[in-house]
Amino acid sequence: MTDATAEPTHRPSPREQKEMAEQDGPMLAADGTPLKRSLNRALRAQKLRALMLIAPLLIFILVTFVAPIADMLFRSVENQIVSETVPRTIVALDETWSDHDAVPGEAVFAAMAYDLKEAAERREHTRLGSRLNYETTGISSLFRRSGRGVDDVGEIYADQFIELDEAWEEPATWTALMADPEWIADAEGTEDEDIPRFRLADGIADILPETASAYAGFARVIIDQDGDNPLEEEPWNTIYLALYRDLSAGADVSAYDGPQARRLSAAAEAVPGFESEPVSVMFEDIDEDWLDPQVWGTIDAFSSRYTAGYYLAAIDMQLTPEGIEPQPEEQRIYLLLFKRTLFMSGVIMGMCVLLGYPVAFLLANLPLRTSNLLMILVLLPFWTSLLVRTSAWKVLLQQEGVINDTLVWIGLVADNDRLQLINNQLGTIIAMTHILLPFMILPLYSVMQTIPPSYVRAAKSLGANDWTAFWRVYFPQSVPGIGAGCILVFILSIGYYITPELVGGRTGTFISNRIAFHISESLNWGLAAALGAILLGAVLILYWAYDRIVGIDNVKLG
Amino acid sequence: MAALPPYASPVQRAWYYGFRILCGLIFFFLIAPIIVVIPLSFNAEDFFTFTPGMLALDPDAYGTSHYRDFFTNPAWQQALGNSVRIAPMATLLAVSLGTLAAVGLSQSHVPFKGAIMAILISPMIVPLIISAAGMYFFYSRIGLQGTYWGVVMAHTALGIPFVIITVTATLVGFDRSLTRASASLGAGPIRTFFKVQMPLILPGVISGALFAFITSFDEVVVVLFVGSAGQKTLPWQMFIGLREQISPTILAVATVLVAISILLLTTVEFLRRRSERLRGMSPG
Repeated sequence: MTDATAEPTHRPSPREQKEMAEQDGPMLAADGTPLKRSLNRALRAQKLRALMLIAPLLIFILVTFVAPIADMLFRSVENQIVSETVPRTIVALDETWSDHDAVPGEAVFAAMAYDLKEAAERREHTRLGSRLNYETTGISSLFRRSGRGVDDVGEIYADQFIELDEAWEEPATWTALMADPEWIADAEGTEDEDIPRFRLADGIADILPETASAYAGFARVIIDQDGDNPLEEEPWNTIYLALYRDLSAGADVSAYDGPQARRLSAAAEAVPGFESEPVSVMFEDIDEDWLDPQVWGTIDAFSSRYTAGYYLAAIDMQLTPEGIEPQPEEQRIYLLLFKRTLFMSGVIMGMCVLLGYPVAFLLANLPLRTSNLLMILVLLPFWTSLLVRTSAWKVLLQQEGVINDTLVWIGLVADNDRLQLINNQLGTIIAMTHILLPFMILPLYSVMQTIPPSYVRAAKSLGANDWTAFWRVYFPQSVPGIGAGCILVFILSIGYYITPELVGGRTGTFISNRIAFHISESLNWGLAAALGAILLGAVLILYWAYDRIVGIDNVKLG
Repeated sequence: MAALPPYASPVQRAWYYGFRILCGLIFFFLIAPIIVVIPLSFNAEDFFTFTPGMLALDPDAYGTSHYRDFFTNPAWQQALGNSVRIAPMATLLAVSLGTLAAVGLSQSHVPFKGAIMAILISPMIVPLIISAAGMYFFYSRIGLQGTYWGVVMAHTALGIPFVIITVTATLVGFDRSLTRASASLGAGPIRTFFKVQMPLILPGVISGALFAFITSFDEVVVVLFVGSAGQKTLPWQMFIGLREQISPTILAVATVLVAISILLLTTVEFLRRRSERLRGMSPG
C-alpha cells in the first residue's frame, strides 16, 4: 500500500485508453476473455437465473389455469362427436346426397344402419342424439328409439342367408371369410381379455367393401366393448344387410379364392332371388322422422370436426341446412341476456360512481388520522366474505325482512303491500353496488390523494366560487380515478355469478348464470364454452383498456 | 374540506353539513348490512328480522341457538373442516411459488417480463365463472375434478396474482446492494434470501398470504364446479343454504366470518402502515 501512495501509477487519459484499445484489440476481462463476451455471459446467466425462479410458478399456472381456459376455447368449436359416431353416414351423405329437400338414398340409410348399430352397442347413440338435439329438437328421442330398433334392420336378409346355408349363422364362417388368418390363429384359444386387435383379411375389403367395414366395426365392438371373442359371436343383422348390398351390387366374387369362396359364390348366385326391402323402409318402421330431410340436413350440417355452431347459438343464430339463420323468436335469449348483463353492469357502475365519488372526496380531504379511521368502513366490506354480504342482503331485502319492516313501521308502506326488493333486477343492483363499491372508492381515493389542494385554493383566490373551483379544477384531475374505478367495477360485474344467482330471481340474472346452467344442468358444454369465450373476449378488451389507462402495475390492494 | 371557515355563508354551511350527512349515509349503506347480521344472529327464534322482544332488549329474545347449530350440525362442521383443510394448503402453495417468482421477476433482466406478468396475473382478471368452467372441463379430463388436490390447485391459481402483486410491490423498494453485500461477505444465494431479503419483504409476503387465504376461504364458484360433495366448503354450504332453504344458522356463520375478516383486515392494515412508516411514506 505504501508503495502505491509513494509512486502513484500513471493513469491513462481517455484518449490514451482509446488508442490502447485500438492497439491491443478488444478489452479483456480478468480471465482473458473479451470483456464484451464475458459481460454477455454474465447477463445470460442472470436471465437464466431469473427464469429459473419464475419457471415453477409459470408451469403451475400454465397447467392449472391457462390449459383449462384453452380447453374451454377448444370445446367451444369442437364437434368430433358426430364424425366419430356416424363416420360412414357422413361419407355417404357427402358422396350421394345432393338434393337436400329429398330423403337421401339407400347407401346413406345402409351406412346409418351400420353406424347406429355400432353406436348403440357402445351406448354412444344417445350422446350423439343429445348433441344434435341442441340444433334440432326431437333428434334426441329419435336416436334413443332407433338405438333399440336398429337391431331389426337387416333381419330379413339374415333369415334368407341362413335359410340358404346354415353355415352363415356360424361365427366361424364369418371370421374365416373376413379375418386375417394370422389374427384367427392369435385369437383362437386366448382369454377373452387378451384378444389382439382385429385385422381384416387381405383383399376382402376390395371385393365386399361394405361387409368388410361393417364386420370390422362389429369385431372391434365385440372385443373392446363386450370383452368377447368374435370367433364365438354371431354377427349382427346389419352385417347380413351389408353382405346383401355388396352381392346385389355385383361384387366380383369369382375373383375371390380365399376361405369360404364356394359358399360366397353360392350366396352371390342366390341373392338376386332374395325377397328385398329398401333400407329406408326399415328405418321408417323404426321412426317416421327418418324420412324427414331436416334430420339428415342437421347431421350433414354438423358433420365437420369443428363447428361455429355453438357461437352462432350463443348469438341467437343457428346453422341450418340452408345456411345461417336467426333462431325462432321464442328461443332467442342470449342476446337479451348479454344486453341485460351489459346494461345492469352499466347501472351498477353508475351507482358506484355516484356513491363512491363523495366518499372518496371526503376521505382524500380529511386529515390523515380521521380518514384512516373512516377507511376501515370501506375496507371492512372489502374484506368480508362475498357470501356474508349476499346473505345479509338476502335477509334485509326479504318481504318479511328488516327494510320492509322498517318501512311499514314508519308508515311509508302498507303492511299488506310490502315492496318486492329481491328476486328481481333491483335486488341484484342493490346488492352488487354494495359489493363492488369499495372497488370504486379505492382507486378514486388513491388518485384524489395526489391532487394538490393548492390548485383549488389558487382557483378560489382567482375568483372562482366553490362549484367552479371543483368542476373546472378538481374534477378534471380526478377523471383518471373515475376511469380506473369504472373499468374495474364493470369488469368485475359482468362476470358475476353468485350474487345474481341468489338475489336476482328470474329477471336479474346475468350471462354467467346461463353458463353455469349449461355446465351443470343442460350439459350443453359446447354452448357454455362459447358463451364463456364471448364473455372472456369482452373482459380482455376491457382489461386491455384498463392496462392502457391505468397500467396493471398500478393495481393496489388494500 | 378541513374545517368550515368562520366567514362561510349559510349556503356554504348547508353544503358542508349536507355533504357530510350524504357521506354518512353512504358509509351507513356500506357498513350497516354487515353489522346488522350480528344482532340478528343472536335471535332466539327462527326469524330473519328483529322480533318485538329483541327491539325491547328483552334478554330472553336473544339466544345462541344458531351458533349451537353451527358448531354441532355435522354438515356445517364438515364444511368448516374442508375449508380449514383447503385454504391453508392453497395459501402455502401460492405463497411459496409466488414469492419465488416475484423475486425472479424483480431481477433487472427478465426476458418476456410483460408476457409472463400478464399470464401470472390473469387468474385475477378472468371472471370466476369462466375459470370455473375451464377448470371443470380440463380437470375432468385429467382426473382432478372432485378431488382435494384439484380444489387446492384451483384455489392456488386464484390466489397467486395477489401474492405476486403484493410481493413485487415490496420488492420495488428493496435495496439491491444489500444482497450484493451479503454475497461479498460469503453468503450463498439461499442464505442471502432467507437472512437478508426475506425479513425485509416479509410484510409483503404476509399480506399476500392473507389475500391468498381469504381468496380461497371465501371462494365458492370454482369449488362448486371443481369440487364434489366431499370438498364442500363453508361458502359452498352457505350458498346451498341461501339458494334452497335459508336457515338462520347462516347468520351465525356470517358473524363468525365477519369476525375473521376483521382480524385479517387489522393484520393487513397493521402491516401496510408499518411498512409505509419504515419507508417514510406516511407520518401516521
